[in-house]
Amino acid sequence: MIELKNITKIFNEGTVNENTALRDVSLKIERGDFVTIIGSNGAGKTTLFNIITGNQSPTFGKVYKDDKDVTKDPEYRRAGYIGRIFQNPLLGTASNMTLEDNMMIIYKKGFKGLSISLNNKMREYFRKELVQLDMNLENRLKDNVGLLSGGQRQALTLLMMVISQPDLVLLDEHTAALDPKNAQIVLDLTTRFVREYKLTTLMITHNMSHAIKYGNRLLMMDNGEIIFDVSGRKKEELTVDKLVEKFHEIRKKEFETDEVRLSE
Amino acid sequence: MIEGIFVEGLIYGIMVLGVFITFRILDFPDLTVDGSFPMGAAIMAVFIINGVSPWIALVLAFIGGYAAGCVTAIIHNKLKVPNLLAGILTMTMLYSINIRILQNRANLPLVKAETMLTKVSSLTEGFLPQSAAVLLFFVLVVVLFIIALNFFFHTDMGLTLGAMGNNEQMVICQGVNPKVMKLIGVGLSNGLVAVSGAFAAQYQGFADVNLGQGIVVAGLASVMIGEFLLRSNKIVLLLSRVVLGSILFRGIMYLGRFYGYYINLTPNDLKLITGLLIVLSLAVTQIKKRKRNRQAAS
Repeated sequence: MIELKNITKIFNEGTVNENTALRDVSLKIERGDFVTIIGSNGAGKTTLFNIITGNQSPTFGKVYKDDKDVTKDPEYRRAGYIGRIFQNPLLGTASNMTLEDNMMIIYKKGFKGLSISLNNKMREYFRKELVQLDMNLENRLKDNVGLLSGGQRQALTLLMMVISQPDLVLLDEHTAALDPKNAQIVLDLTTRFVREYKLTTLMITHNMSHAIKYGNRLLMMDNGEIIFDVSGRKKEELTVDKLVEKFHEIRKKEFETDEVRLSE
Repeated sequence: MIEGIFVEGLIYGIMVLGVFITFRILDFPDLTVDGSFPMGAAIMAVFIINGVSPWIALVLAFIGGYAAGCVTAIIHNKLKVPNLLAGILTMTMLYSINIRILQNRANLPLVKAETMLTKVSSLTEGFLPQSAAVLLFFVLVVVLFIIALNFFFHTDMGLTLGAMGNNEQMVICQGVNPKVMKLIGVGLSNGLVAVSGAFAAQYQGFADVNLGQGIVVAGLASVMIGEFLLRSNKIVLLLSRVVLGSILFRGIMYLGRFYGYYINLTPNDLKLITGLLIVLSLAVTQIKKRKRNRQAAS
């Protein structure tokens, strides 16, 4: 489905600020996989996503989609088959436009022509879909998205992303900026949609128990490398303690930033 | 005289619609306007002097303006030049091009040429006074433009353009090339500006390469004045508001011209007044925002 081959990403190459974000990372994602990714800050998780989406190009290495080399494809072209949700809920929708306008824009991927697709039939469809969120958004189609809460916006982005049927879904700590209650709601929606629509998904999280609980494969990243890759049966048997132990074993160092401790 | 204010407000209102599209919708502060406005005037003047129908000349003015906007967008897109600088570059180049269009002259009078306005006057002669006919004509023109733009901003492409200035990342995530959207938006904006220039040339009876000086600032002032008038998220109201702002701005300028001399103002001070008007609008917006934040905090 998506394959990274020997990806290395170096920022500010040749300067004092040189920083290697990814070191010779190779990764193959199969159709239908739900992969969770954990790792401390600066481990290279977001850079990994940026390389997959084409937001950044790798210093070395290649990206393949269904065995086709897409390394040089610009971000907007790859966005045709990738749905990405950011940590910042504001990045998924346009605040100064109405709910229905936003939904219309996200509804279909690719170049937009001069036809008017937003009609009453479409509104009815949007309303029906919004009912799934159980946030009473179906009665607020004419409201500006800027009036919604972060959780509502993230849920809306998630719903619309799912409707646009991408081949690959990238979730970049998409619940981290929300309060615990909304975070749980969005996470529940995520797992439901992934199951119902059989979405191939990569999810970055800071929460180890989430990483273990959800998905069929787990990647642990540190210092620009994937240091632990587990799936299937072995993943089901994982616990937070085992995971921390595993990290010590591999890295022989403390994997206990405050963040990890707090999110357990 | 009051019709004069309305007619000017409506003519320049088309230009302000263009400025609104770049500054507010695309968040692309575009200074090409100072060059594309006289460009529209020059194209119109040259064609009607040579006996071409003013309607065809108007379409050509739009195309010329659109091309000028595209040049700015391409400089910005391809050479990674900041949008302000890209606009200044095109604007400067347009000065020379406009003189070329006017066949190596700095201005061209349209005294005996047949313009849209002379046509309108002869058509309504007998049952409408000339000034009323002209006013009616421009009301119609502006309403048509608002209807057309309202339609455009309801299409899928228009909606996406609307999201550009607010959230470019969202547009990219929909698989749309933001560079193409900028090309469309900045082009359209300058097309409108050139059309406005073409009307202005006919109304004033001449085209001049200096017609565009400070036009973008006047446009911005009009946009800001309009924003005090009403708040809405409906595009048709936003567009109408822009034209109302333009009329109000011309009114203020009229007051400045005719009553200013009591406090020793001359027409030369109008640019200063325009600038101060913008500063004032920005200050009021800031104060309002601070007040709202304080209310939200308490």
